[in-house]
This record gives sequence, C-alpha cells and structure tokens, in this order.
Amino acid sequence: MKPAPFKYIAAASLAHALALKSEHGDEAKFLAGGQSLIPTMNFRLARPAILIDINGIEDLAGIRWSEGASRLGPLTRYRALQRDAAFTLAFPLIGEALPHIAHPQIRNRGTIGGNLSHADPASELPAIALALRARFRVQAAKRERWVKAPDFFVSALTTDLGPDEMLVEIELPLASPRTGSCFMEIARRRGDFAIAGVAAMVTLGDSDECSDLRLAFCGVGETPVDASAAAGGLIGHTPTEVAIRDVAAAVQAMIDPGGSVHATADYQRHIAGVLTGRALQTAYRRVRDGH
Amino acid sequence: MDTDDHDVTLMVNGVKYQRLVESRLLLSDFLRHNLALAGTHVGCEHGVCGACTILLDGEPVRSCLMLAVQANNHEISTIEGLANKDGTFHPLQQAMHDHHGLQCGYCTPGILMTMSAFLEENTSPSEDEVREALSGNLCRCTGYQNIVDAVMAAAERMRG
Repeated sequence: MKPAPFKYIAAASLAHALALKSEHGDEAKFLAGGQSLIPTMNFRLARPAILIDINGIEDLAGIRWSEGASRLGPLTRYRALQRDAAFTLAFPLIGEALPHIAHPQIRNRGTIGGNLSHADPASELPAIALALRARFRVQAAKRERWVKAPDFFVSALTTDLGPDEMLVEIELPLASPRTGSCFMEIARRRGDFAIAGVAAMVTLGDSDECSDLRLAFCGVGETPVDASAAAGGLIGHTPTEVAIRDVAAAVQAMIDPGGSVHATADYQRHIAGVLTGRALQTAYRRVRDGH
Repeated sequence: MDTDDHDVTLMVNGVKYQRLVESRLLLSDFLRHNLALAGTHVGCEHGVCGACTILLDGEPVRSCLMLAVQANNHEISTIEGLANKDGTFHPLQQAMHDHHGLQCGYCTPGILMTMSAFLEENTSPSEDEVREALSGNLCRCTGYQNIVDAVMAAAERMRG
C-alpha cells in the first residue's frame, strides 16, 4: 500500500526540527531512517499529518567519545557502527547484535535513535541499552533533560518522549576493564524479530569472582526486560554451571512473555532460559580467558 | 485538497532528472512510474522482500522505504544501469545467466543490486558471507543455491 497524504518538511537544523515539533506536537513525526515508520505508513497504521525529515541535519549523526563513555548521535546508522572497529571493540555487545538487526539494506539506512525512539520490545538495541546502563539526552525547543534507559521504555512502542521532544544523544558508559559480554538471540529466520534475545555482561573481581552481572532481554515482554536481579546470587561467587542454571530458572520465573502465533509463551520462556545459560557461560569464558 | 508537492533533482544511473513529486510518493514508485525505469520491482512494500533494492549513493537500500522527495540531491543506481555501456552483461549478470540463478526473475533486479554492491566491498567472500549478504532478498523459485553459486563465480571472475 501507499502512505496517506502528509506534509513533508526537511528540517534545516536541530533547532528548526524542534520548533516544528513543538508547533505540531503529536500531529508530526520525525523521519530518521524510516525503516519502521515508512512501513507502518505504507500499511496506514501510522498517518502522521506532518513528517519532519531530520536526515539533512549532519550534526545528529556520528560517534563521539568523552571520559568513560561513547556519545552517539541519534542519526548514526547501524552500518556506521558496524564499520567502526574502535566502537565495536569498546561495545562488543553491540558489535555482536548488529548482524541480527534486519538485513544489510535496512542497516544502511536505519538509525540508532530511530530504533530506540520506536521502542519495539522485540528489538535488540533497547535491551542492550538497559544492559549498558545507557542514558538518553532528550531535547525540546526550550529545554533538555537526561533519561535513564529503564525510565525511557514505557510500554510496547511507547517511550517517555513528550510530543515536543527528540532523543538527541545516546550516552553509553564504557564497561569496567574485566568485563565479558555476549549477545545471543533466536529468530525463525536470519534478520527476523527475535523469539527471545539476551544481552549478558559479566565483570570479574580480583579473585575471579563476579563483581557485577547484567542481563537484559528482548522479545519477552511489553518493554525490554532488565533481569539482572535474577543473577544477584552470583555476585561474589564464581559462576559455576549449577549457579548459572539457577539464574536461568530465576529468569524464567521473572519474565512474562506474551506468546505469538510463532511461539507460545512457554516456548519463549524456555528459550530465554536456554539463552541465559549460554550467554552467561560465554560472557564468563570470554572475560576469564581474556578476550 | 491540494497535494504537498516538492521539486526534486537527482541523478539516476548517471542521468540528471528534475521532477515535481508529491511528498507521499515512494522512491520505488517514482522510479517506475515517473521515470519509467520499471526494472526496480515492487514486492511487499514494507521492507521484507528486497525486490525494490537500489543503490543510494552506492549503498543498497529499500526503495519502498524511502520517499522520492528524500532522494533530492542524491545519486541512485538501478538495475537499468548495471550492464556495461556496450550492452554486455555485468559479470554478476553473466554469472546469474550461466548458473541458472533465476527462474521467474521477479527478485533478480534487487538481488543484482544488493550483490553487485557487496562484491565491490568484499572481493573474496566466503559462501557464508554471500548468504548473509543475500539474507535481505527473498527468492521463492531457486532455493538460493544457484544464486550463491553465481555470486561466488562472479567474485572469482571480477578478481581477474
């Protein structure tokens, strides 16, 4: 199908884009990569009256580094992250997840800010944002604020963004030195939405005991799910096979997947447990063996 | 109701075009209907099948997930520009022909655009890398094996 009529405005600057959004509110949508918005418009599930195209605002794209963190412009495309070896080395979780995000053609166009603002709970990056303890800078015409990732994702396809606001910066704190990470997901076909996916990070202390542990899931709820609490018992201990199995069981008890025509809730819960075990083992092995 | 029209200027296969387009016109429809370049095929119109893949400034993208107005001041390549100027096939086209890489041919233009860009970037791909690069293009006839064979053969030929 084809999109319903709308008015198209190519924003000349961030200030211009924000002024337009504050004028038009929910009637208007920002157009970034368009890889989720345009399909929903083609299906007429979305019928915005006004599209504010931000693709021409070059300041909004790019990877910047500051003390202890990377700062991503929202218009940074997946492909730009994939091609930046320093970035994927610093954030191996993201490097490992990128090939799971749709297909090369979509990754050439799709943006990280668009992905996070779309807030699809089955999507990889929102879960990774939780695991990395990301913070988001959100701006309106006359004010700005910082939002922590868990407060940003409100429900399926719904964020904390107000009608006049844009996500303008993604702050990703660098992990502690002795951290291993692993992203895994199971989908029916390469590039499809995940039945369940997990982002795991294991940080070891001086005597190889777990000093920090993070687990976040995509595809198993209305929002990305931070299940780090399920692994709390591992803190201060070496993650043995038995202990990891207990964490997987705790995750299964904690999540509440919705089920779909492709996978029942029970099957999703089963997959989440299996992935928990594999991802924790892999993340632990990676840090212990020093890769 | 008045339509929301915009002037666009863009290069397609090295030719400059200027047109007035309605904002809601998809790039895929613009290429087919306004420029009569109907080699770009339209399948699903929601970014799943890959039939409409074109190159935007050299990178494969879905033309059904872009508005024509967004192509303003950009360079587009479509299947019509892939063959050599003298009419002989691009090595990938020749390999698809030789290896029987198409049956009904509907998905073929999208596959050729995707994989020709891939081979520019990766001149010695493994079979796994070819399959990964091909993952965004659906083909319901071939079972992909002959397409993969064709891409591997084209890669070898292009390396010389």
